[in-house]
Amino acid sequence: MRHAALALAALAFALVPASTALAQDCPRTTLGDIEDEVMCPVCGTPLGLASESPQAQDERAYIQDLVDRCKTKDEVKQALVAEYGENVLALPGDQGDDDFGDVLVYVIPALGIVLAAAGIAFAVVRWRRPERQPRALAGTEGARLDDDMERYDL
Amino acid sequence: MRRALSPVPIAIVCVLLALMALLAYGLAQNEPDRGVDEALARGERSPAAALELPKLGGGGNVALADYRGQVVVLNFWASWCKPCKDESPLLERWHRRMKGRGGMVLGVAMYDVTGRAQDFIDEYGLTYPMLKDDEDEGLEKFGVAQLPETFVIDRRGRIAAVARGPVDDAFMRSNVVPLLEPS
Repeated sequence: MRHAALALAALAFALVPASTALAQDCPRTTLGDIEDEVMCPVCGTPLGLASESPQAQDERAYIQDLVDRCKTKDEVKQALVAEYGENVLALPGDQGDDDFGDVLVYVIPALGIVLAAAGIAFAVVRWRRPERQPRALAGTEGARLDDDMERYDL
Repeated sequence: MRRALSPVPIAIVCVLLALMALLAYGLAQNEPDRGVDEALARGERSPAAALELPKLGGGGNVALADYRGQVVVLNFWASWCKPCKDESPLLERWHRRMKGRGGMVLGVAMYDVTGRAQDFIDEYGLTYPMLKDDEDEGLEKFGVAQLPETFVIDRRGRIAAVARGPVDDAFMRSNVVPLLEPS
């Protein structure tokens, strides 16, 4: 009897750290962490920006349910893709079907910013540069121009 | 003589214009296709796009063309959509009414979680076939942008009427009943 009690205590002692570790691992992600990386398909915006849409609320409830069931972020995303299709993934590169498009998503805004900055810099430099004075004409040329101006009474 | 503009600002302006054009193209691509509505407004029936989707809950794919020869009321819906809840009993009633006369309702759950869609079907006792659209086929091929939306497809596979919103008895009577009459 005493041996059985000791064995039971030892087993309980062994299981405590394991269950504690399991509890610490769950949840593995949060709704807030995921909703910026997935779309609300009906709203056409990331889920984090879609507050009132019934579909968004339904999607959030589904994600929260998966989070509560200890799914990782990747597992939640896979489940969302299975339900809503690949378009539910908001981050370029997540969909994995259009590498060139994914690159463009990052390159085009960067290119736009660089060009806009270059345009502003160019405009500022030109604006600050002093106006060049017209070159004075040499003696005889200047005198001839004055004569012409007087003759035409301009 | 006017001094020629420097090529640098011209190039910058051109590239910025190109980027704006690209943005406009991207926005235009996201606009739902309203070709069906325009054809109906002209009094024409355009052929329904080829649609092949998995059955809700699994069990293979179903194509719209499989129902050629029948009048199909193609209804896009979702369990979270309030007007869909309101119109579902009506669609079930009409499905039973049409069944023996060469007509049927075909439901397509869009933007929905399978389990919740299944719960919705059980709750409203819907008996018509249900498909699952998880690849935006409804948006791309039928211009579905708000739920519910319903397309009435004649026996020759042409779209005879569209309701971009919930349907009622008056819509079904005026758009479906004439198609059920033997030609």
